Amino acid sequence: MHVEMLVLQFPREVVDQPIIYRLVKDFALEFNLLRAAINPRQEGLMVMELRGHPKDFRRGLKYLRQTGVKVRQVAREVRRNEERCYQCGTCTAVCPTGALYIERPGMAVAFDASKCSACEHCCPACPAQAMEVRLNRAAV
Amino acid sequence: MANYQVNKTYQEINEKIKKGQAVVVTAEEIIDIVRRKGEAEATRTVDVVTTGTFSPMCSSGAIINFGHTRPPIKASRVWLNNVSAYAGLAAVDVYLGATEPAADDPLNKVYPGEFKYGGGHVIQDLVAGKTVHLLAEAYGTDCYPNKKVEKDLTLKQLPNAVLFNPRNCYQNYNCAVNLSNRTIYTYMGPLRPRAGNANFCTAGQLSPLFNDPYYRTIGIGTRIFLGGGAGYVCFPGTQHNPGKPRGDNGVPLGPAGTLMVMGDLKKMSPRYLVGVSLLGYGCSLAVGLGIPIPLLNEEIAHFCAVTDEELLAPIVDYGHDYPAATGRILGHVSYAQLKSGKMDLDGQMVPTVPLSSLVRAREVAQMLKEWIEKGQFLLGEPVELLPGSEEIHCVPTASRDS
Repeated sequence: MHVEMLVLQFPREVVDQPIIYRLVKDFALEFNLLRAAINPRQEGLMVMELRGHPKDFRRGLKYLRQTGVKVRQVAREVRRNEERCYQCGTCTAVCPTGALYIERPGMAVAFDASKCSACEHCCPACPAQAMEVRLNRAAV
Repeated sequence: MANYQVNKTYQEINEKIKKGQAVVVTAEEIIDIVRRKGEAEATRTVDVVTTGTFSPMCSSGAIINFGHTRPPIKASRVWLNNVSAYAGLAAVDVYLGATEPAADDPLNKVYPGEFKYGGGHVIQDLVAGKTVHLLAEAYGTDCYPNKKVEKDLTLKQLPNAVLFNPRNCYQNYNCAVNLSNRTIYTYMGPLRPRAGNANFCTAGQLSPLFNDPYYRTIGIGTRIFLGGGAGYVCFPGTQHNPGKPRGDNGVPLGPAGTLMVMGDLKKMSPRYLVGVSLLGYGCSLAVGLGIPIPLLNEEIAHFCAVTDEELLAPIVDYGHDYPAATGRILGHVSYAQLKSGKMDLDGQMVPTVPLSSLVRAREVAQMLKEWIEKGQFLLGEPVELLPGSEEIHCVPTASRDS
């Protein structure tokens, strides 16, 4: 199984096509949608976790690119400012992937960046404003 | 006057502290000591139990005197880093409240508002030694002709800066859920629909007023850890309500006692006074607060040995009941359950989320313990204890305890 967190950019011309359906049907890929902004006749954007056999995964990505969808891996964009974080745990209420979690019984709040989908829900929810978004230029 | 097997006085304990001989443990450590040795023996061994909490406490602020200017000003409107401070006091005295947002904050116009900077942040910046911009306006008088002052200030340059919090350190608090169909943004954090999460906000067995439920040792003059320095309990807090229903162990089953506290801001630290932004709600200040509890007799040791299993929080629906002020409680849940990560709400497993930092609350209790062990911090004997339920007439607040 191969898993990647991806940002898909849909050009205007293809937003009316069932592209994700084809990914599932033709390439047996599993997806978990974390963010989607698709409007008729406008450029669309999706953030999703895509999972499948490595071979299917590669073919699926090739298909996406052929249809004109821009695919990029999510750069580790959200970081925690360790100075600011005071270890409360509020962020765990909104983190959809479990990247932010509480270590029990000590109750320290841990951040596993490898699980982060960069959905950014934690950024405004953090009372201490400790979650920062940074663009990883190398990955864009 | 009850007959106790062990009787100690504040003076005796303070003498031991001065000699560096006092035995001090935290409210988590005392649990096991009482379990092993029994209450009386634990009281003979241990002199002081330190507690701690670290949470957003909205009813906080600072009394600031920014110093007379030439020509002098009787300031009537004042902003610090563009956050309005109340200036309806003498010439250069102001009160800066923790929840005051910056004057140009969009508030909830773009919902949910982010409230990135407010009074709590100004207080943290001051304590961190940062420069803060002051703007004062006045109408001008014969004795105070100046109508406008602008200057950059640091905490060191202020003649006086006192943290003065009218309501801190709640004795117990609600566990918040949201039974509505949309996400809501509250002072208890974001609450997902259909009870998607349950948020709670106390340190449980480490929290000060859980360890002295009848205020046998806490009152006016109690010296405390406040924001990284020493402070005092100066009065019962606003909405102090000791008459709330209590469990068999004497601990209130909902928000009850509160403290009014103050201390010299100049001696505090930005690690224990943190400006916070509560999404969709507003600005606030997270305060580190710890109270030393002297084991004067075995009854106090008994109370200090309370565990998370025996402490119960009321579950309140912030989707409907809280904004409608119905006072309805969905049930009670123990802090042991809340700290475990999930709880059962009518058959649904709900993830539990702390807003209070237990990690930093432990730091507070530990620091206070070290201060006392080193003889740097003496106990303050209360001039008057906090009112118990029999002594105070409380205006019912119908579960509006925010």
